[in-house]
Amino acid sequence: MCTATHPATDCHGNVNAVLTIDRTIVDAIVAHARRDHPDEACGVVAGAIGSDVPSRHLPMDNAARSMTFYEFDSMEQLRVWREMDDLDEEPVVIYHSHTATEAFPSRTDISFAGEPNAHYLLVSTREPDSEEIRSFRIVDGVVAEEEVNIVDATVKA
Amino acid sequence: MAIEVRIPTILRNYTGGAKVVEGAGDTLTALIDDLDGKHSGLKGRLITAEGGLHRFVNIYVNDEDVRFLGALDAKLKDGDSITILPAVAGGALGFAAAAAFLGR
Repeated sequence: MCTATHPATDCHGNVNAVLTIDRTIVDAIVAHARRDHPDEACGVVAGAIGSDVPSRHLPMDNAARSMTFYEFDSMEQLRVWREMDDLDEEPVVIYHSHTATEAFPSRTDISFAGEPNAHYLLVSTREPDSEEIRSFRIVDGVVAEEEVNIVDATVKA
Repeated sequence: MAIEVRIPTILRNYTGGAKVVEGAGDTLTALIDDLDGKHSGLKGRLITAEGGLHRFVNIYVNDEDVRFLGALDAKLKDGDSITILPAVAGGALGFAAAAAFLGR
């Protein structure tokens, strides 16, 4: 929602500022982030174009294999982006983990953010027992945090 | 015949919303110059002020990343299909360090 703390001018896209995502997908993203910790993990959740429903979890390799940087492998990305195109899907969520800092976009994240329709989901794995999960729209260098609404059974895992 | 170029969402404001445009040129540099003539401003989003390929985009000739084909010198021919995608990268690392990491 575009609230007082997130004025309408900070809200982008054709949806309210909320990411609604199935718990099974969030669990799979967290498991991926934990598995790759202390390196950053990254991936995509695809969904039907215009639906704003993230339905197909696609963990990606972090080609940088770094604790402070992630980068999709360009050839894997081409394959996945073509597959989404063939299925009339788009990247509804682009996620990555921060492994020693908070789940907030860095200057680097903002500079690279190139999918104006995507929800940028960040997971912090700095605490061993709990994860911080936050979501943002990043358009033209402007960051707007949005609510994360985790629901049960919008999709089959 | 011409070269088909697939444009990502973030650059479609330069192409009037078109997902696919056509261009011509026997190298990637020539193609980008041709495209910029029709879609003014596109070049600046693909090539840095220093004249290199921008790190924020990936460009593919058919099924290959142009970085493996000579980058801007990559040879093109009629019927080739070019795909432009935003590079997906980021992380907690500061931007200057990230740029150095990527060898920019």
